[in-house]
Amino acid sequence: MSAVLDHHHGHDHDHHDAHAPAGWRRWVYATNHKDIGTLYMLFSLTMLMFGGLLALGIRAELFQPGLQFMNPEFFNQLTTMHGLIMVFGAIMPAFVGFANWMIPIQIGASDMAFARMNNFSFWLLIPAGLMIGSTFFMPGGAPSGGWTIYAPLTLQMGPSMDVAIFALHIMGASSIMGSINIIVTILNMRAPGMPMMKMPMFCWTWLITAFLLIAVMPVLAGAITMTLTDRHFGTNFFNPAGGGDPVLFQHVFWFFGHPEVYIMILPAFGIISQVVPAFARKKLFGYASMVYATSSIAILSFIVWGHHMFSTGFPVTGQLFFMYATMLIAVPTAVKIFNWIATMWRGSMTFETPMLFAVGFIFVFTMGGFTGLICAMAPVDIQIQDTYYVVAHFHYVLVAGSLYAMFSGFYYWSPKWTGVMYSETRGKIHFWWSLISFNVTFFPMHFLGLAGMPRRYADYPMQFADFNAIASVGAFLFGFAQLYFIVCIVIPVMRGKGAPAPQRPWEGAEGLEWEIPSPAPFHTFENPPKLDETATRVLA
Amino acid sequence: MMRTFNKNLAIKLAAACGFALASLVNFAHATQDLPGGPAVRQLNLPPAVTKIAESQAWLHWFMLVLCAVIFVGVFAVMFYSIWKHRKSVGHKAADFHESLTVEVIWTVIPFIIVIAMAAPATKVVIAMKDTTNADLTVKVTGMQWRWAYDYLRGEGEGIGFTSSLDRDQREMSNEGGPKAGTEVNDYLLKVDHPLVVPVGRKVRIITTSTDVIHSWAVQAFGVHQDAIPGFVRDTWFQAEQVGDFYGQCAKICGKEHAYMPIHVKVLSAADYTAWVAAQKKQMAALADDPNKVWALADLIKRGEKIYSANCAACHQPDGKGNGPVKPLDGSAVVLDTDHSKQILTLLNGRLNGAMPSWKAMSDTDIAAVITYTKNNWSNKTGQLVQPSEIAQARK
Repeated sequence: MSAVLDHHHGHDHDHHDAHAPAGWRRWVYATNHKDIGTLYMLFSLTMLMFGGLLALGIRAELFQPGLQFMNPEFFNQLTTMHGLIMVFGAIMPAFVGFANWMIPIQIGASDMAFARMNNFSFWLLIPAGLMIGSTFFMPGGAPSGGWTIYAPLTLQMGPSMDVAIFALHIMGASSIMGSINIIVTILNMRAPGMPMMKMPMFCWTWLITAFLLIAVMPVLAGAITMTLTDRHFGTNFFNPAGGGDPVLFQHVFWFFGHPEVYIMILPAFGIISQVVPAFARKKLFGYASMVYATSSIAILSFIVWGHHMFSTGFPVTGQLFFMYATMLIAVPTAVKIFNWIATMWRGSMTFETPMLFAVGFIFVFTMGGFTGLICAMAPVDIQIQDTYYVVAHFHYVLVAGSLYAMFSGFYYWSPKWTGVMYSETRGKIHFWWSLISFNVTFFPMHFLGLAGMPRRYADYPMQFADFNAIASVGAFLFGFAQLYFIVCIVIPVMRGKGAPAPQRPWEGAEGLEWEIPSPAPFHTFENPPKLDETATRVLA
Repeated sequence: MMRTFNKNLAIKLAAACGFALASLVNFAHATQDLPGGPAVRQLNLPPAVTKIAESQAWLHWFMLVLCAVIFVGVFAVMFYSIWKHRKSVGHKAADFHESLTVEVIWTVIPFIIVIAMAAPATKVVIAMKDTTNADLTVKVTGMQWRWAYDYLRGEGEGIGFTSSLDRDQREMSNEGGPKAGTEVNDYLLKVDHPLVVPVGRKVRIITTSTDVIHSWAVQAFGVHQDAIPGFVRDTWFQAEQVGDFYGQCAKICGKEHAYMPIHVKVLSAADYTAWVAAQKKQMAALADDPNKVWALADLIKRGEKIYSANCAACHQPDGKGNGPVKPLDGSAVVLDTDHSKQILTLLNGRLNGAMPSWKAMSDTDIAAVITYTKNNWSNKTGQLVQPSEIAQARK
């Protein structure tokens, strides 16, 4: 049932859902949190591949100096759309997919609180995704001002900019609805015997993320609406010719944009906090401090936006404030890393693929954290702002961070979703292949940035040639690794190929998701379960 | 101390990586380091030419070393644990999962480290923002896609020029980069008129823009300041040595973003004075009489130069335009006997600045470039636009 592609109803005990729609109706009219979770993940996987294709276009062009494949205008469209699609189309919906699948199961609820709104928030993504993809075929091509869509460059864009703005509005609405659903579900639908402080970490991090989303998506909507009215209705919010201020756009955008960074990483922290204890066979160290650290990161994320704008020419006090506040975020982040390592310490560890990705995450994400600290230092940032150093930094936290955590979560929970075990050998190949090619791609970018190669450049001085060539080779290897992931791992488990998964595939894993059979039946916890005192087991 | 240590380490690192890379990558480009610009396979910030850049480089090393030490320390613990505390070697899981003391310790220690990092950075931030008492003030105007430099105050006051990427290099880029085997060390960094400043003097840079946000960045000086339309911002540098130093526009500004480099020539005091004198003389010679009546051939000749320096990047040398950029060859506006449409297009721009305004250009130059477009390619109108018509249209 829950195995994504098998449509026959196999399990005896869920015959009562025989009245549920089959065929395309099952998906279009879906109100089941598991089906909607699957839809979210398939959507984001598609967008990941599309965004990845754009990235490979960028790397192909940058393989050598000079323009080989495209003009600079199209190159700018690729960088812009790669960013927008990966952020809004791939990472955010993927985490919502995880939330849909896992949160109700983890808290012992029967479904999400608002099942029909859940359906709506997913299906809004389809027109949004189609619109944003179609911008490439519009007169003047796709938006090309960078994913940060800084004014007043956006005022020069063609009609595709309006389409992209509309698509972002829709995606924002979808995110807000999804967040409301998650908050209400977590606050109201926990099984009796599960207080907040016994919730799985993944639920905690998503709860905090959902509040962040509700707080900042309207801010983004404001920024892009002002851009829209500047473009068409004669307002001058950002147009200096009419008394507007281009830097105002950056303030508003990054007031959204920095919490957005944490929206993309906090659920990842949640996944890692589940996987590490499972494979260390030891409880998460410092559960309470993890909750507090996550909350402090979320709160601090609202007062650091200025570090994206050091080069706009802040006054001294502004630079100092944003520098201090940003460096402060290193403290709770460090606490999280220490807690994970303390969880591993004196455990009894095994290294199946989920754990490999989790350890890989901790190791490589921390490198991104350290370069973040270096970028936070205003005088150093002045030298590397808008260079490839920044590109390296945020790919270390978003690819090696968010994406690796999602891989970890996929390998960890897919036996529950599909009812079959993925191939461990293939999972390990995927891990090592991704880890190595990722570093080959992005590590040299630190050097390029320090040497002064600006980002979003279609062509570059000859001295940068070698590192660019290496990065391009790495990027293609990384791209093929993800193709391998889809063809050799995701599709087989979706078709139910593989050893049947036991109810508890992982020896040390705790939580209510392991109290139900694999694959998870269509309906779970229709009656609130009775929990033991740790809130991780159902009392028979 | 710190600097020698930096250099040694950097050289060793560079040698090790360089060797590894050279065996990996084997391209036919015979590229050398560009003094004052990027070096081949450069690993770190370029050599500092100002005190600010030197302190930034120091801060960067300080952070890098500190982070590396913490990184090694933390991950040594993790990998030790991975090595020893695994099930396959028979390790049994312990049962501890909470300790307030430990949590407090590892919250306080990072906090102290962060303060230790922030303290030295604060001094540099304050020094960077001190633009008072400048010896020379230059206004830098970003425009799609070149820089304009205007000497506002100090020696050389009144000098002004624009600085664009060398046309041949832009062509080279379209053709797939420099030909294999050729040595173009300043590829995409060569400009027609570099900014010239004296050594050892405090130069205040005021940035602004005529269209979108650009960013004026020269790493050797430790300077990076956005040029924002409608607003002025400032920054400063005091170069400690003569030479040529390079940078590139750092804020995405449209399709030619990669093609608006920055070249600063630092001269000795005497050379700078000589340069100023030469510039002044040249400007006097170039000053046009706005009432002069031009002959068609002279105006076309002058217009051709202006076209290739300013217009050809978008409208193309063949005047056919490119994508959303309108063709001029055969254009109704260009062929029209009513000159005012084309004159107003140049003066005011069109489509929200997609076609920028060229108001800043002299009447003679605008008249020349219009006359050129009216008499080139298949446009054989024989029409002549005099500078006085431009002056009239400006009113």
